[in-house]
Amino acid sequence: MNNSLTKQQRMAAARDKINHKPNIRKRRLIQSLAFTFLWIMGFTAIAVLIWIVGYVFVKGFPAINMEFLTTRPAGGFDGEGGISTTIVTTVYLVIFTLAIAAPLGIGAAIYFVEYANEGQARNKIVRWLIKAARTGVEILAGVPSIIFGLFGFAIFVSYLKLGFSLLSAGLSGACLVLPVIIRTTEEALLAVPESYREGSLGLGATKWQTVTGVVLPAAIPGIVTGIVLSVGRIISETAIFWVTLGGSYRLPQNLMSSGRTLALHVYMLATETRAFDKAMGTSAILIIIIIILNLAINLSSKYFQKRLSGK
Amino acid sequence: MPSLLSKENLKITAQKFNLFYGDFQALKDINVDIPENAITSIIGPSGCGKSTFLRSINRMNELIPSVKTDGGIYLDDEDIYTQDVVELRKRVGMVFQRPNPFPKSIFDNVAYGPRAHGLKNKAVLEEIVEKSLTDSALWDEVKDNLNKSGLALSGGQQQRLCIARALAVEPEVILMDEPASALDPIATLKIEELIQNLKKEYTIVIVTHNMQQAARASDYTMVFNMHPDRSGYIIEYGKTSQIFTNPQEKITEDYISGRFG
Repeated sequence: MNNSLTKQQRMAAARDKINHKPNIRKRRLIQSLAFTFLWIMGFTAIAVLIWIVGYVFVKGFPAINMEFLTTRPAGGFDGEGGISTTIVTTVYLVIFTLAIAAPLGIGAAIYFVEYANEGQARNKIVRWLIKAARTGVEILAGVPSIIFGLFGFAIFVSYLKLGFSLLSAGLSGACLVLPVIIRTTEEALLAVPESYREGSLGLGATKWQTVTGVVLPAAIPGIVTGIVLSVGRIISETAIFWVTLGGSYRLPQNLMSSGRTLALHVYMLATETRAFDKAMGTSAILIIIIIILNLAINLSSKYFQKRLSGK
Repeated sequence: MPSLLSKENLKITAQKFNLFYGDFQALKDINVDIPENAITSIIGPSGCGKSTFLRSINRMNELIPSVKTDGGIYLDDEDIYTQDVVELRKRVGMVFQRPNPFPKSIFDNVAYGPRAHGLKNKAVLEEIVEKSLTDSALWDEVKDNLNKSGLALSGGQQQRLCIARALAVEPEVILMDEPASALDPIATLKIEELIQNLKKEYTIVIVTHNMQQAARASDYTMVFNMHPDRSGYIIEYGKTSQIFTNPQEKITEDYISGRFG
């Protein structure tokens, strides 16, 4: 600062600068440049996505018809037949996997969030175990699916002699989505205001009554999101099921049957046959299922939000 | 101090009660008698342990893992720290600073406590809900909308819903932690009026930052202060009229006249 100016003069100069707006054009220009840049980024990202999905649909739709959906694959170098059994297998696997993973994951998350500060959990060793379990969940969430597949192959398929079966695949799949369900449920529970718990406990409700009566109902939207994400994960995984479910395109008769999910079928068609159009058709069906799942998440969370806020 | 209240029916007694958050002592040597069917207000500067003491009376403090207590608090001469906490909280209800209705219908909010204690009969529940909402001066405003969410009510209505929810389990004592501090003046007056009506049936202990509220709404006043090590203690306790017109301690006088706190 120029010391020869008095304080008043300096302040007058500063005021002048603000009032005068000499750089308003430059600022507007930077603003519009930034806006354009961000717009291009966003547009490119969406365009690439639309390109991929559009390509799959355009290539895949000619292959899709009722016959394609309702007949089973017939194998062969030309990938004959449809995809009926793979749809059924996918549904079976999703249901079976979630039947294992959802109760375990939700239960574990409830323990971590609601009970890990209580009673015997104040013991040092128990606290250390809880910490280790939480870290484990974090790490497992980032492990590539093929590693769960190898684990499932080594333990369930070979060691426990369950073979390539819905059972082996469901157990391995449960290991894969367990961290997803635990983490989303934990987040959903942590988002429930502490005041709900205090209100319930203050009325003389037990901890368990508080969890089931107030906390879980308020956390359901988040938990549902976690479950639906897991469904998406099971539907879209290939590697893990390639090494645990086998690849039979017959209709699974029981838990010990081998099978082939939609995603696995896409992989098989693409690598072992010439039926590129059918691989694309199957992919299109997969994408449609994923879109429907996402819509389901949106609608359900909107529904729950409405119900919870009472508006 | 105890001599002051000797003729009253005592409801709650604290004897040499100390409370620690980890190593920090938040309450030091609390000795106090709280009379039955009266309104006792707790005033004092921020951070001196008013809420902590209030939450000790229904053991809400136990939700914080690091809390340790010694000495005793007695409800009808029974040590609350040796009885079942669920049973205790049924007898000692609580209304919190911010209205915290559950994201459920008005009916389910009020019926929550009785249901938790095992009541299933629909007719009885309906009766309890109506009585509790009537006692909390909310019935006329919500009787046609019992299925509406509790969260759709205004702030003052929500707080009265929370009071109804507490009344529904038929407690003996109701603890209120600045129940009107999040409300506008009109809603505040309504709550104060309501508290006056409740004292016929309940023992009420209320923490407040509002001197006028303590002066006009309570029978007894407990003034908390802080030791230099920041632990809270009761500097003065007595009939509200006496505390506000003839305080014995200089600090009390400074505090209630607004020179301090």
